[in-house]
Amino acid sequence: MIEAVGLTKRYGAKTAVYNLSFQVRPGTVTGFLGPNGSGKSTTMRMILGLDSPTSGHATIAGRPYRQLPNAPRQVGALLDAKAVHGGRSARQHLLSLAQLSGIPARRVDEVLGVVGLQDVAGRRSNGFSLGMGQRLGIAAALLGDPQVLLFDEPVNGLDPEGILWVRNLMKQLASEGRTVFVSSHLMSEMALTAEHLIVIGRGQLLANMSVKEFISANSADFARVRTPDTEPEQREKLTAALGEAGGQITPEPDGALRVTGLPLPRISDLAHAAEVRLWELSPHQASLEEAYMRMTQGAVDYRSTADARAGLQEAPAGYAPQGPVPQGYAGGPGHPAGQPGVPGQVPAGVPGQGQPNPYAQQAPGAVPGPGHPPPAPAQGHPYGAPESYGAPHPYGHQPAAPMPPATPVAPPAAPADQPTPHHEDAR
Amino acid sequence: MAALGQVIRSEWTKIRSVRSTVWTLGIAAVLTIALGMLICILTNHDFQSMPARERLSFDATNISFSGMGLGQLAMIVFGVLVVSNEYSTGMIRASLAAVPQRGTFLFCKLLVATALVFVVGLATSFVAFFAGQAMLGDLRAHLGDPGVLRAVFGGGLYMTLIALFSMAVAVMLRSPMLSLGILMPFFFLISNILGNVSATRKVGRYLPDQAGSKIMQVVTPANSDVPYGPWGGLGIMIAWTVAALLGGYVLLKRRDA
Repeated sequence: MIEAVGLTKRYGAKTAVYNLSFQVRPGTVTGFLGPNGSGKSTTMRMILGLDSPTSGHATIAGRPYRQLPNAPRQVGALLDAKAVHGGRSARQHLLSLAQLSGIPARRVDEVLGVVGLQDVAGRRSNGFSLGMGQRLGIAAALLGDPQVLLFDEPVNGLDPEGILWVRNLMKQLASEGRTVFVSSHLMSEMALTAEHLIVIGRGQLLANMSVKEFISANSADFARVRTPDTEPEQREKLTAALGEAGGQITPEPDGALRVTGLPLPRISDLAHAAEVRLWELSPHQASLEEAYMRMTQGAVDYRSTADARAGLQEAPAGYAPQGPVPQGYAGGPGHPAGQPGVPGQVPAGVPGQGQPNPYAQQAPGAVPGPGHPPPAPAQGHPYGAPESYGAPHPYGHQPAAPMPPATPVAPPAAPADQPTPHHEDAR
Repeated sequence: MAALGQVIRSEWTKIRSVRSTVWTLGIAAVLTIALGMLICILTNHDFQSMPARERLSFDATNISFSGMGLGQLAMIVFGVLVVSNEYSTGMIRASLAAVPQRGTFLFCKLLVATALVFVVGLATSFVAFFAGQAMLGDLRAHLGDPGVLRAVFGGGLYMTLIALFSMAVAVMLRSPMLSLGILMPFFFLISNILGNVSATRKVGRYLPDQAGSKIMQVVTPANSDVPYGPWGGLGIMIAWTVAALLGGYVLLKRRDA
């Protein structure tokens, strides 16, 4: 069991990790997700007692790492696969680590076998590929047969077979009752490996929930409905009917409608009742990767209003740059093909109806930053395109700006005082 | 508490499993011995043509350590690499995660490296002495002569302290490039310049290498006004080393790994 309580790390003016609290339980693989530079590695180093937190603390089995009796036999970690002296052989590297913890030398050959490096054990490690380096790092983490394991980006540089191997290894370790904490910036990988997710962005906790919850909360189902191209009035009729029935309708550039909030049979019934013919009625799912990207970009949004505007410019750029557009109208020609794939405009409510988006990414168990307003949950995603429909786009006149990650981090205290303008704008 | 024995064993594995150990220590020994021998041969040739005053203060023992000025540079490289390798590779994180008691870790690491340097340094010193004396013919000194054994033994101590000082500096600076970039010119140039310019000579003689090398002198140069003796000089060098070690220890304790 790993526990972090109010973990904060500042490097001068830069805050790498802010007020992070979570628990990592034994018996499951816990994924630690966040974009590059979001503070994952810093957090792991603090858990391992390598960096001392500015405030807060991290414990393993109830004790700070440095006070654990015989820590390396209880906790194994892969922090950096390249942290090996290139002139030293894999076996000597592991042997020196084993001796450091009083682990018998024969264990070295065991773990070399486990990671499949037995044939190159005597070779100098500077000839190793990144994948071999990862395997060596994993071997080092396994040396002490520890109950708690931390892996920082273990699948980096691995081939598909290696990724599958790591995935199964993590699951196996967890099924043996161990605590397995794996960081990654790949949502897709974590969805397959982990059972529980801790998502951070810019050093703050964004979500702490099971993968199942995350999926149901984030990968909103939607239906794509297409009416005959030749009869646009049928489409408007259907839009009105579906809207009355409580569905949210987002037009797609190719003329189809993206409908959320209504099951497929109901859509069919409504269309039938309105005497509208359908050319297409198909179920779809927004990908987890999209949901994750929206969530982590939201973290940036949450930090600074300037960022939010920059972010808003991005998604709706092709939609409604010039003020009001009639609701239900796709926004005219000129939409780039493939627009629906842009993250951020996926399942979003029609704000004109004044009701919260049932698919808003904030899910049960999601943790708002303590003391701060949550990052605009339940009000429709801040990047959701719908503001541009039925209401003048508040930022429509502004020039396009680069995406949020380019902007500096605001101090973490700042957002508490700043309004989140999207709430008001969306209504 | 990680047992000292475990950490020492691990450090020994680390030290013997990289080639740089053999190379740096080997070069230090070969340079010191070979250059010492060469200078002894040349001195033996020139002795008759030397001024009488220089002949009077001729120090057969010290002359056989003439190669140490260069040999110590390889010792510095060894000392720096032993420590900064951990940082440049990132291995330090694995090491400190395994041994959260950083003082223990540092102590064991320096102990193993220093012990190795001491053995190599002492052997080098003795070989350099005997080889040098063999080249000096009639001018040779004997190990039983007054002060000679102290000087030869001191040669080994001097090399050990130079390496240990370098390790301590590397603990503070972490980067191998930075450490070597400061230590090499310091010992190779700055110390010599300060020691040879009359205005700064009084300062220069308190630098670790100049003070420490006094231990290898058997005959005090005629015009010498150095205020300390051989052991006093070594004491100054030890003080430098202890100060650097303290600095390194405090920084390692406080710093994020």
